[in-house]
Parts: sequence; structure tokens; C-alpha cells
Amino acid sequence: MNDNRLEPTLHELSRPGRVAVTMPAPSRRANIPPELLRDELRLPEISQLDVVRHYTRLSQLNYSIDTQMYPLGSCTMKLNPKVNDAITAMPGFADAHPMQTADQSQGSLAVMHGLQRILAEITGMDDASLAPLAGAQGELAGVLVIKAYLESIGEKRTTIVVPDSAHGTNPATAAMAGFNVVAVQPQPDGDMDLEHLREALEEHGPTVAALMITQPSTLGLFDRNIVQVAKVVHGHGALMYGDGANLNAITGQVKPGDLGFDVMHINLHKTFSQPHGGGGPGAGPIVVKEHLVPFLPSPHVVLDAGGSTLEAGSNRGSSNLHPPASSFALVDPPFSIGRLGAFHGNFAVLLRAYAYISSLGGEGLRAMSEAAVLNANYIRARLRDAYYLAHEERTCMHEALFSAKKQKAQAGVKALDIAKRLIDYGYHPPTMYFPLVVDEALLIEPTESESKETVDAFCDAMLAIAREVETDPELVRTAPHTAPLGRLDEATAARKPKLRW
Amino acid sequence: MPTPDDRRYSKEHEWLKADGDEGSIGITEYAQEQLGDIVYVDLPEAGSSVAQFEKMGEIESVKAVSELFSPAGGEVTASNAALVEKPELVNTDPYGEGWLIRIKTGDTAEADKLMSAADYDAFVQGLG
Amino acid sequence: MTIDVARIPDAPNRRLGDTPIVQHPYIPLTDDDRKAMLATVGVRATADLFADIPAEHFRPEIDLPDALTELELLDHTRTLAARNRTAADNACFLGAGAYRHFRPSLIDPLVMRGEFLTSYTPYQPEVAQGTLQTIFEFQSLVCELTGMDVANAGMYDGASALAEACLMACAVTGRKRIAISDRVHPNSIATVRAYAHGRDIPVEVQPHGEFSLSDEYACLAVQQPDFLGRMAVAASEWGDAAHHAGALFVVAADPVSLGLFRAPAQYGADIVVGEGQSLGVPLSFGGPYVGLFACREKYTRQMPGRIVGETTDTNGRRGYVLTLQTREQHIRRERATSNICTSQQLIALSTAMYLATLGPTGLRRVGELCFDKAHELAARIEHLPGFSVEDDEPWFHEFVVRTPKPPVEINAALLERGIIGGLDVSDIRNRMLLCVTEMNTADELDRMVEALAEVSR
Repeated sequence: MNDNRLEPTLHELSRPGRVAVTMPAPSRRANIPPELLRDELRLPEISQLDVVRHYTRLSQLNYSIDTQMYPLGSCTMKLNPKVNDAITAMPGFADAHPMQTADQSQGSLAVMHGLQRILAEITGMDDASLAPLAGAQGELAGVLVIKAYLESIGEKRTTIVVPDSAHGTNPATAAMAGFNVVAVQPQPDGDMDLEHLREALEEHGPTVAALMITQPSTLGLFDRNIVQVAKVVHGHGALMYGDGANLNAITGQVKPGDLGFDVMHINLHKTFSQPHGGGGPGAGPIVVKEHLVPFLPSPHVVLDAGGSTLEAGSNRGSSNLHPPASSFALVDPPFSIGRLGAFHGNFAVLLRAYAYISSLGGEGLRAMSEAAVLNANYIRARLRDAYYLAHEERTCMHEALFSAKKQKAQAGVKALDIAKRLIDYGYHPPTMYFPLVVDEALLIEPTESESKETVDAFCDAMLAIAREVETDPELVRTAPHTAPLGRLDEATAARKPKLRW
Repeated sequence: MPTPDDRRYSKEHEWLKADGDEGSIGITEYAQEQLGDIVYVDLPEAGSSVAQFEKMGEIESVKAVSELFSPAGGEVTASNAALVEKPELVNTDPYGEGWLIRIKTGDTAEADKLMSAADYDAFVQGLG
Repeated sequence: MTIDVARIPDAPNRRLGDTPIVQHPYIPLTDDDRKAMLATVGVRATADLFADIPAEHFRPEIDLPDALTELELLDHTRTLAARNRTAADNACFLGAGAYRHFRPSLIDPLVMRGEFLTSYTPYQPEVAQGTLQTIFEFQSLVCELTGMDVANAGMYDGASALAEACLMACAVTGRKRIAISDRVHPNSIATVRAYAHGRDIPVEVQPHGEFSLSDEYACLAVQQPDFLGRMAVAASEWGDAAHHAGALFVVAADPVSLGLFRAPAQYGADIVVGEGQSLGVPLSFGGPYVGLFACREKYTRQMPGRIVGETTDTNGRRGYVLTLQTREQHIRRERATSNICTSQQLIALSTAMYLATLGPTGLRRVGELCFDKAHELAARIEHLPGFSVEDDEPWFHEFVVRTPKPPVEINAALLERGIIGGLDVSDIRNRMLLCVTEMNTADELDRMVEALAEVSR
């Protein structure tokens, strides 16, 4: 192997004639029209052991929750219980075909219906759709629901107001749904600036469709003006869209529906423990108040009172059947925004969330958010002397927002450097440079899954790095030193993209 | 690097260097410094026209994208083809080989709306 | 709202709070930990940390079924799973967009390794080379399969990938009209419509093979094999027609079929998408799957989704990073190519493992087995009285059978015999879409033929 490779690619491992698995020979010669056949197929040819070693070795180059603390702010990297994987692997779920009829799929539909009701209950909403395949798609669904609702009452509104501390998906989503984006800024204390909001609403007046807001905010704070904000927004005939990215902080403590939100998406891969998988799959169910229910995406799971007509273009084949009383069915809501994907949502992800919530129950969910918030505040208290704290005067929710501005002024050490140095201590870096409104941001989210000892050890590492900045800043600026690779040349990667072998 | 005084500057950190009835346009040392490693530049094609202080393209670093606003209006006569292969020229030589486009300038009064090198330096100083 | 426990079947009725369970396995803080931590924080109780929440809304009643132990949870979910009739214990002849294929045994233990399963999006390349290299390999494999120049790291699923492809075509051409074949999967068409409605772009469903385009159209989108299983010989003519109109030619292809059939690049595709599920991903009632997305090099910067590129580290060693990120939502915000911020990475990884394991010979064989077995079943059904197979065009592993009775009745009778039948695609005639893959045994084919003969009597 060349020195400069951590692991050869599949292509480099390939030798003509090798196989990792054999398939049975066809019983007769395929009589395929020759003009349709392909002449070459350059897939790798690798022995079974080499395939196994390749992926095992690659896995060992990753940091993961299963191997170390992953304090990524805004990402809620919590325990992923193995029992949930065992459940999704049950043949009764794993081998269920999405085009099977509802009467053959009652187990899966019971899970989905149960989860719809659970999510609505947790968030204080009236109903839920499990169709969105990811958080960002949930946002798109939510905004399209708003658009459809407003059109239904004869309103043409074209603007969505988004705080500039928001996740990038919010403005991107608003644009995908055909809306203009107007940004508003928070007050210095992190809460929504009611005056600025009123001005924005007055300026854009009757064109504002909704305010998209994350609660708790991306600053890790619960917005104390939220009830007022909702009143102002509703007063202008606009709707309240909640980004549920930070739901882990408030589950069981407050219901967003009670605060005035009309629609909200939930990241099941955050609060409800779907493993992140290195970047998906997740799921982004949306929950809505009653007036938005008719516009939910297709399909929607309902409890069929027995023999009633099933409108289900989505699962054609079941539409002519009359399932027995008290069974579940898939339907298209009457004014649905339509489909977001081929089938019924990321079922196995939904199943894991259902299992996770079932393991905790209502009291357990409350204990979950409590522990997550306590862990974050503990980190906040332990690190506040060493690092600049963005909102010193307030306790935080599930994540603590620091800035490396002290270290930058002191020794030219940036948030990035501190993050990379944490790798040497065996921790995944926290979220950096987000939210954009805080310079040199370091956003730390421990979740409820970490024990006090782990959180303490992490804080010790952060404090040690703060001392290193004073004594040996170069050590921090050139980190990491123990990772499989040093810092990578991202500029060349983007200037001369090499995107395949 | 001293700011060259053979050209005029905009508040959007672009420069205009007149050369007869043509002018070349680029970004300043301060701008390239702020952007970091430039990886891609999206420029108007020759033959198209640009207007003063209006969007004329985009410039990308690894983790940021910024809009380019033309410091003067006119018809584009050339865009810097070397930047396709070597966008880093904007970093290494923003006032020379890292130029972006050339235009046929029309309204000479436009240059009056731009700053001198000294004024631009003071402007940047004020940004902290 | 009240959740009626009875509607969430088989949940034992016991509250976590009933017995003083101090510890939950998912929450490690003990009472002593809490006390010490609260002292450090400087508040008396955890409730004080939530003081910003309006008192009248704080800690509402949450009406949920009671917490289950792991033992109870497994029992509960097993009971629910047993309420499904699935391909696990029935012969399955249902396809229509989701396909049951052989999944080599090495995939599960490797893909479920915690270092893959529980890692985040690889924004920190120094500690994510495993994920990053697998994405680079996935992109390369998708390029090989489709014949295209570049591929992204993955989309939500095949249908949403098609929708994004159509929107990308609008961005590339600056046009606002989408033409799509009526033989594209109806759920994919519905997805394209929902996405296009967001940007107020009209979607025109055109009769398959009789496409009519002008300089208003951003793209022509077709599916290969189409919704009824058929492979078009004329596909390159459609590509020419699209290009003649200045539109992009978008092809949704089943990746398993590409082991056998020519790559869409060979007949003029500009963007190729596909449902990655058929590459050995469990059916799982419809998800999670992964959308494949590949295009010509000149459109790379308009491509949605994540992309990984090769580079070097400070010591000159080869490594991989997320690249061209300025296209994405976290940088370009409202001007991003899409709002997508996942790549269904774990599923993409599993499909890459599938392709690496099967190799060219294995994938071709899967295709041949599907083709042979499906054509064998079709030939035998053709001989049954009252049945006929629509065989006027070449097809892969799905075919339309005209049936003597409504498919609903036939399927109900088949299920009694342990067979999951085909999709009802009746128009004015009774029609059923059947699918056969390498997973269908010779015995299952016999049983199917026998059962159809019986039920039609």
C-alpha cells in the first residue's frame, strides 16, 4: 500500500475475477433484446475477506456516539438504543412491502398511527404527518401546508420572516416553497425583538405568511417573548412555524402548541434517537393545529371506523378493499399538498422513534429533557470562566453557546483550532461558527445520555485546552495531532473537484 | 500590500481601473483576505452588460459565497479565463492577475461615485 | 387530546412514576449527581433552569402510554409485527417501485457497526474518513452504473430525487415547465408535482412515447424500466427530442436493471436518478431508502445534495472532504440548490456494500435471474385460460397480466394460499402488475401458477 493512503478504495482493491459472493446460475439463457444490453460494467471485483476488512477498517477511522462523547450543538447526539435496531430488523417489519394493502399492513399502520398521536400529544398539536423523509423535507411540507391553507382562504402571501440566527434550511426551504425571505434580528439578550418584528410585519404587512422560528432558539435559549410573538404574528394574519430542531430541551416541559405554534416539524433523528448514520436517514414528521389538518401530505394514517370509503390513490390496490372495523388505513387528506416521496415515510425510522418514546413514557420524556438541560448548564457553569459565554446573564436550555473570542484575541486561536484540539482529547468537536450571529461560536450540547463523569472529563479537556492557548498556542493551532489525518486541504478539493475514482 | 492609487474603489470592495474607454474590475486585498481561499468565481460573459453597484456575479471560498457588485456599468468585453483553472489568483494577486472582468465604460461620472485609494483605506480602517 | 391506550395495542398499563424507578437506562444522572451539579450551576432545583417557560404552560399533563422495559417493548413490538402479512412468510410477487432482492449476509454486521451507525454528518474530516471514503466510493459506483460523470452522496428516495432533478433542470435551463411521461411511477409524478408546486412550476404529464416539447420545457423525465416494467428501445430518440428543444433528458432508472441493460448515459441522459432500495435494501414498509442522483459534469454546481471530493492533508496524505458546499443550504441559505441536508448515508453505504460484494458478475446474474424467472412465470400464466400477458414491448422483471376477475378478488384468494399478489393496475380491463425477482423460488412459481388457475375457475 502506498504511504499516503489510509485505506485503498474499492477500485484499488479490485482484481479481475475475484468475487465476494456468488449468485446461482440462471436456469436458461436470458433472451434479452441485444440492443438493450450494456457492453461493460466496471464494478469492483473483490474477495469476501477484503470487503469485510475494507469496511471494518474504514469504520475505525470514524468518531461516533458508540465510541465517544459527541457534543455537537443543535444535533442532539444521544444514545441510540440497540433494542430499536433489533425491532426494525424483525421480519414482520423489515419484509413489509409498501405497496401491500392496508389490511395486510395493520401492524405497521398501528405503529404509525400511534406515533402520529404521540407526537401530537407531546407537542400540543391536533394531528401529525409522518410522510416527510427528513427534517428539511418536514420544513418544506410545513411551509407548503401554510401556503395551501392561505390559498384556501383566498390569501396571497409571499413572504416568510426568519430570524438571522436560524438554521440555513429555514430560508432555503422558504425559497423552495416560493416565498421571499425577510430576516429579523434577536435582541441582545437573545429573545426575539418584538419592536423589530412589529416593524417587519408592518413593512411587509399583508404579504407575510409566517414566522419561522426555532424554540428554544439556536442560541440555546428559551424565548421569553414567545407568547407575545405568536400574538403579534397571528394579529397580522400570519402563522407560526416552529422548527423542532431543539425539541429535546422542552419535551414534557412545555407544549409548543400551547405557546401559539400552528405547525412544527420534529427531527426524529435528534430528540427521538434515530441514529445519524453518518448523515441520514432521519425523518421529519410535522404536527399541526386543526385548521391545517386537511392540507397534510399524503398518505396519512387514520383509524377507519369500518367499511368507510378509503380515498387512497397512494395505496391503490387497497382502495377497493373494505378492511374490518377498527382498522387502520392510509388516506389522502382532502386538500393535501401531495406526496413527498414514493411511499409512506421512512417507516423504520418512525418505528425506532415509537420504540424510543415507548421506552420512556411521559415521565421519562420529562426526565430526559431535564437531564439534557442540567448537563448543558453544568458545562456552562464549569467553562464560563475560561471561555466567553454568549448570554452570561441567563441559564441555557439543552446547549451552551460559547465563543472563542477571548482565545482569538489572546493568541490568535480560533474556534476551529479549539474544536480540532478536542479531537486529540478523544472528543468529537462541538458545533462551530453556528449560529452565525455569534463570532467564533462554539455550541456545546451534551444531551441527557452522558454521565456526570463523562461531562466532567469533557470539561476538563476544554479547560486544559484553554490553558494550552496561554502556554502553547501553536499546539492548538495545528491540531489535531493524533487523528488518522491532519487538517485537510479543502480549498484544492473545491478548486479541482475529484469526485470519483 | 499598499492599496494601488491607479484606480478607484467601491464600498463593496471592488476596484475599477480605467484604461482608455475600457476598464478592468477586480476585488480588493481586504476582500480576498476576508473571503479566504477562493475556489470558484462566477462571472458575466463577454457581450453581456453590467450596471454600476448591481450584482454581476458570485465569488466562492470554501465555506462562503459572496455576491459581486460591479463598480461601474457597461458592456463586458472579457472575463478572466485564467480564474477557471486558478481561482486562487484572486488571493495571490487581487490587483493584477486576479482581475475579474473588463468592460467598455460608458458614463464617466460613475467613477466619481467611487473612492480614491486613500479614502478606501480610511473606509476599511473604519470597519475595524 | 387524550391518547386511548387501547388504540396502541398491547401496551402494559404501568407508569414509570408508579414505582420509584430512580434510574432509566437511557438517563445516567443519579440523585447525587443532580445535587452536585445543581450546586455548581447555582440553582436549587432543575425546575429553576426552565424559569423562562411561562408558568401557565410549564409541565403540562402528557397523556402517553406508560414506559416499557426492554423486555416489554420487544414483546409489544413483536405482537405488532405479527399483525403484518409480509414477504417473510409469504411468496411475494409485488414490486411497483420497491423490490425484494438478495441481501448478502456481510452487509448487516458491517453497516450496523456503531462507528458507521452512530456518527454524524462528516463535517469534521479528520475523524470521519470512514464515512467520507465510503461516500466517495458510493459516488463512483453510481457513476459506473449510470455511465454519468458525477454523482452526489444520495437523496431521500427515488421519487424525491426525480423531483429534485426536474427542479435542477429548471435552474439549469432557466425554464419553468416540466414534461414527464405517464409511465413514470404515479407516486413519483405526485412527488414531482408537490415539489414543483412550491416554485409554481407547471408539470405536464405526456403520453408515453408521444412526447411533444418546445423551448418552454426545462426537461423531459422518463422512467426505465417504466412503471409497467417495460424497457424502451426508443429512449435515445426521446433524448434527442429533449435536446432538440433545449431541454434536459432526465431518466429514472432501476439500478438493478443496470447490471444488464445499457446505461442511461448511452441514450443521452443528462441527469439520472434512481431508487437505491433495489440494491439489497430491506423493504421496511417503504423506507428509509436512498435516491441515486448523477449528472453530466458541466452541471455539477447545480446539483443538489452532498458531495465528497478527494484531497490531501497537511502531510500530503490522501483524504476525503465534503466539497462544493457553497451550493448547500447551510451556506447559500435561500439561494441554495435545495434545502436537503441528508444523504441517507447509512442506506447509501449499504448499497455500496451490496455493489462491492456482488461485483459485475453478481449484479448481472441478479438481473438475468430476475429476467428469466419473470419471463418463465409470464409464459406459464399466458397458458392459463382467461389470462393474457401484455408482451408487446421488451420488459425486465415486471409485467402486466390481464386477468379474468378483478385483481382485488384474485389477490384475496392468493393471500389465503400464502401468496402476496400483484398491484391492481386495472383500467377498463382487469389488469395486474406482477414482479418476479431472484428471491422467488421455483416452488413459489409453481404455487403461483397453480393458485391463479384455481382462483380463476
